[in-house]
Amino acid sequence: MLGVVRQKMLGQSLPKIRPAVSVLRSYSSAAKQMTVRDALNSALDEEMSADPKVFLMGEEVGEYQGAYKISKGLLEKYGPERVRDTPITEAGFAGIGVGAAYYGLKPVVEFMTFNFSMQAIDHIINSAAKSNYMSAGQMSVPIVFRGPNGAAAGVGAQHSQCYAAWYASCPGLKVLTPYSSEDARGLLKAAIRDPDPVVFLENELLYGESFPVSDEVLDSSFCLPIGKAKIERVGRDVTITAFSRMVGHALKAAEILEKDGIDAEVINLRSIRPLDRSTINASVRKTNRLVTVEEGFPQHGVGAEICASVVEESFAYLDAPVERIAGADIPMPYAANLERLAVPQVEDIVRAAKRACYRSVPLAAAA
Amino acid sequence: MALSYLRSSSSRSVNLLKPLSSSLPLRRPISTDTTPITVETSVPFTSHQCDAPSRSVETNPKELLTFFRDMALMRRMEIAADSLYKAKLIRGFCHLYDGQEAVAVGMEAAITKKDCIITAYRDHCTFIGRGGTLLEVFAELMGRQAGCSKGKGGSMHFYKKDSNFYGGHGIVGAQVPLGCGLAFAQKYSKDETVTFALYGDGAANQGQLFEALNISALWDLPAILVCENNHYGMGTAEWRAAKSPAYYKRGDYVPGLKVDGMDALAVKQACKFAKEHALKNGPIILEMDTYRYHGHSMSDPGSTYRTRDEISGVRQERDPIERIRKLILSHDLATEKELKDIEKEVRKEVDDTITQAKESPMPEPSKLFTNVYAKGLGVESFGADRKEVRATLP
Repeated sequence: MLGVVRQKMLGQSLPKIRPAVSVLRSYSSAAKQMTVRDALNSALDEEMSADPKVFLMGEEVGEYQGAYKISKGLLEKYGPERVRDTPITEAGFAGIGVGAAYYGLKPVVEFMTFNFSMQAIDHIINSAAKSNYMSAGQMSVPIVFRGPNGAAAGVGAQHSQCYAAWYASCPGLKVLTPYSSEDARGLLKAAIRDPDPVVFLENELLYGESFPVSDEVLDSSFCLPIGKAKIERVGRDVTITAFSRMVGHALKAAEILEKDGIDAEVINLRSIRPLDRSTINASVRKTNRLVTVEEGFPQHGVGAEICASVVEESFAYLDAPVERIAGADIPMPYAANLERLAVPQVEDIVRAAKRACYRSVPLAAAA
Repeated sequence: MALSYLRSSSSRSVNLLKPLSSSLPLRRPISTDTTPITVETSVPFTSHQCDAPSRSVETNPKELLTFFRDMALMRRMEIAADSLYKAKLIRGFCHLYDGQEAVAVGMEAAITKKDCIITAYRDHCTFIGRGGTLLEVFAELMGRQAGCSKGKGGSMHFYKKDSNFYGGHGIVGAQVPLGCGLAFAQKYSKDETVTFALYGDGAANQGQLFEALNISALWDLPAILVCENNHYGMGTAEWRAAKSPAYYKRGDYVPGLKVDGMDALAVKQACKFAKEHALKNGPIILEMDTYRYHGHSMSDPGSTYRTRDEISGVRQERDPIERIRKLILSHDLATEKELKDIEKEVRKEVDDTITQAKESPMPEPSKLFTNVYAKGLGVESFGADRKEVRATLP
């Protein structure tokens, strides 16, 4: 028997589908709140505690307590052997990290933002992603590359790019995009335990956001499966896929759409590679309409891949063309009003969902 | 034939031109006085693979007063930017240069606007040195149309191509190969000009720097790599990031010079020497020993990895503006009051410009799609909702 529990958090309604047993459990204890920052910090702490092979490396991760304070307290707890401050030399330390992973250690390499990962991208792709294949299984690379990805606020063209589509196109990599604190904890733990190279794309603007976390999530053995999306909101009329910060936007859009009688299903992708095509397709087969949302550039983006997947596998189920909402097809401008136009807003998602839903109205009637 | 004075902080030099009263100056107005004065740099230059230039620098009252005014302007500008950031009129990143003004000002005194300068993201004062205006700075910081990049770049992306200032770069170290590329083009075009590629002690360990330096040395490019060593790469002290923090020696086969970056005259002398060297012999490294009073950026207090004593110590002992002030006063080139008046003028200029910059409007939404390409080819581009906002690239 499935029960639906509605929880209000931060003004958002989030329906949760749980087996009947845990409906009772969650009524009996108030959910704790945890920021994404603390979720990541606690996940790192627990994994470093559980496995001495895990170590952290990056700029300002140690003495500075982390450029965004994600690694706060870890140097004090684990010492300089396991929490390594590096010089500002991404190509060098990413390569060193991959080499350490070849030998069997489990490095967590932090990029202060993923824009700087471009200096190291050869090592991520050629040295990490492809090695297990080229060596016929001898050289697995249990490394995690993590850090903030995508736009922040007013940081300009060179500090705002989303790298999800680029990394997710590469076989051999796993690419994860947490949204909530539960995602952050479960996916980072999974990433560190995973024997393959994982690109872990966080978001600076999410670090300070609080989400409720159950006791299960807080347990040190908690882990989320890689490659499975989460249906954040069940709906009937249109599927909205999103990842990272855009999940929040999609949920807000769903609330607005509800007032107009459109019941949106919001999928939090959680994993861009492997992409959970079965969850996405099952959802579209139910709703018959799809809006993909992402922060990154539109061409060859995540939405393009999702659209292709749905057209390939569920074409007969589509009642409207697939709608794509993405970052504007331009370098990120600095001025606040232009930046707002360059990043998807809630109203863009609402508009696209409405288009997907009214597409069956004849053009003559719309004129 | 002008008298030359040896600079000494404790003794007053004899001045035969002392005015009897302020209304009857017997000396020429200081703003045009180009009578040569010779001053010793604070410390001698240390060199690597070359002979150091002399520590006696030729200057004149006009130049010294210009140094004072320019540095006071830069200082005030950066402090005003701090306030604007805290008032949330500046967003994103803001990396301030106060303390390092002597490098920008000394360099300009040794070169022309036909020489190129390229730097990283701590670029506000370098831009001013290249002839940028205060209005272009503040308007850009606030994301307005009057900004040097029309509001589209932000703090880290100031450019002024017409005076050969090539930015303004956010990725640590990237500007160095770019600077060597400018030098390549200068040599290719036979322009007899040089490029100064500025980088910090944090960037000094970047591999791409050594790759570009190697090529520059092989091809004898007129590239001058200037390490603005303020001793901290964000929160990491130089000794924690570099096995050898003797950045002027890191070029190995490329000669280098270590310079007191808080002494504008030493900077000028070193840049003059470097330009002559680069035109004849290819690349050279200048290490400017300097200091930033602010943290790395506005989100860094700058005091978790440095002591307040260290910061105030540098301010007291080595401040570049104070050094020039003492020089001007000890040579009787201006009175204390005249210098204070200049500072007041500068403060007013900054305040007035900020008021003006606030009037400048934000960019038009249509500007979202301009300058993606230099040649648009009629290609379509899209906003976040591609069916709602689309444009043909001009």
